[in-house]
Amino acid sequence: MALDKTQIAQRIAQELQHNWYVNLGIGIPTLVANYIPKGIDIEFQSENGLLGMGPFPIEGTEDADLINAGKQTVTILQGGSLFDSAMSFAMIRGQHVQLTVLGAMEVAQNGDIANWKIPGKMVKGMGGAMDLVASADNIIVAMMHTNKRGASKLLKKCSLPLTGVGCVKKIVTNLAVLEIVEDGFKLLERALGVTVAEIQNATEGNLIIDGEIPEMKL
Amino acid sequence: MINKVVKNVEEALKGVESGMEFMLGGFGLCGIPENCIGQLVKLEVNDLTCISNNAGVDDFGLGLLLQKRQIKKMISSYVGENDEFERQMLSGELEVDLIPQGTLAERCRATGAGIPAFYTPAGYGTEVAEGKETRKFNDKMYVLEHAFNPQFAFVKAWKGDTAGNLIFKGTARNFNPMMAMAGKITVAEVEELVEAGELDPNQIHIPGIFVQRIFQGTAYEKRIEQRTVTPKS
Repeated sequence: MALDKTQIAQRIAQELQHNWYVNLGIGIPTLVANYIPKGIDIEFQSENGLLGMGPFPIEGTEDADLINAGKQTVTILQGGSLFDSAMSFAMIRGQHVQLTVLGAMEVAQNGDIANWKIPGKMVKGMGGAMDLVASADNIIVAMMHTNKRGASKLLKKCSLPLTGVGCVKKIVTNLAVLEIVEDGFKLLERALGVTVAEIQNATEGNLIIDGEIPEMKL
Repeated sequence: MINKVVKNVEEALKGVESGMEFMLGGFGLCGIPENCIGQLVKLEVNDLTCISNNAGVDDFGLGLLLQKRQIKKMISSYVGENDEFERQMLSGELEVDLIPQGTLAERCRATGAGIPAFYTPAGYGTEVAEGKETRKFNDKMYVLEHAFNPQFAFVKAWKGDTAGNLIFKGTARNFNPMMAMAGKITVAEVEELVEAGELDPNQIHIPGIFVQRIFQGTAYEKRIEQRTVTPKS
C-alpha cells in the first residue's frame, strides 16, 4: 500500500531529532508537526517571524496579528519568540535551523529541486523557498512519487525552473524513502507492500538498490 | 524630544506623487498599513512601484490599489492570493519582479543600513540569479543583490510615541522594521499613539530616528486571511 499524505508526514517525523529547530513548508510538511516522537523537544520556525509555533488557536481566540507562513492563524508556545523578517532569514541563511521540510514538483538525482514555477501558468512566487533550500544543512522533500499524469517526479534532471541546486538530502514519497548520493537516488526504505520493481518503475532518475530494502515502520 | 507627529493620514502622505517607489510593510494582510493604503487610493496617484512581500487580496490591502490600476510594478516574493493581480500580470498591464523572501527582507534592511549590495546564496543556479554577479566564498556560490531606493516607506506598528519610536505586535512585525529603516520618508501609522516617555525604552523595536512622520491610525479592520482554529470541545 502506497502511503497517504498523513503517513508521509508520519515517516518524516521519525527523522526529527531532540533539540532541533525545524521549518515546515505548506502542505504535507505542515502535518509533520502532528507526529513529533515522544520525548523529543522540537521548536518550529515560521519564516514570517515566529519561533515556538503552536497549534491552531481555540475557536474565538484567533488573533489577526499571529499567523504562520501560510497566513493561517496559529498560537505561540511558552518560551516562543517573535522577530522581523530579516532576523528570520538570518536564522535560515545562518544555518541555525537544523531541518527544512518542503514539497516539490520535481527533484533531480543531483539534489536539484523545482517547486515554484510552471512556465505558462500563473506564477505565484517562491516566497521563502529559495532562501530555505539554499541554506539549510538538512532538507527533506515530502511529495508524491509521481505527478497527476503518472510521470515520475524523481528525475535525472529537473525540467521545471529550479528553486535550488544540489540541496536536497532525503525524499519521502508515497512509495519510498530515498537519499541523494553521488550518482543518484539511493533507495533506503519502501512503503509496506510496495515492491522495489514498482519503485523502479516510478523513478526516472538513477535508482540505486543496494541489497535487501526494508519496509518502512510507521 | 523631536516630535514626529502629524495630524492625520492626509498630512502623513504629503509629497506622494505618481511614478514613485514605495515600500509597504506587512506579510499577507498581517501588519499592513491600512490607513496609508486607503489614502493612496484616495490620492489617485498611479504608475507606482510597490515593494511589498505580498499584493493583498482582491478587496483589501494592496488589492485596493490594483483594482484602481494605480500600480505599475510590484516587487514581491509571493502574490498568489489575488485574481485581479493575476489578470493584470497575464495581460502585461502589471510588471512583476518576484524575489526570494529573505533576499527581499535583506534588501530592505541593506537600504536602511547604508549597504549598497550583499551576497546571498538564495537563488543561485536559478533564473533569479540570471544576469547577476556571482561569487564563491568558502566553496559555496552566492549571488550579489542590491539595496532599493524608495521615496516613501509606509509601515504599521502596534504602539508608537511622539518621538517616532515603534513597537510591533506578534507576527505583524514582519517587514515593517526593515522598511521603516529604508524610507527616505518613513510614515508610521500606529494603533496606539502615546507621549514620549510612556514606552519602555528597553522594549522599543524601531528607534524614532528612522521615522519621519507618525500618526494615530483609525478604523483598523485587521482582516484574517486564513482563519484556522481548533474547535472548542
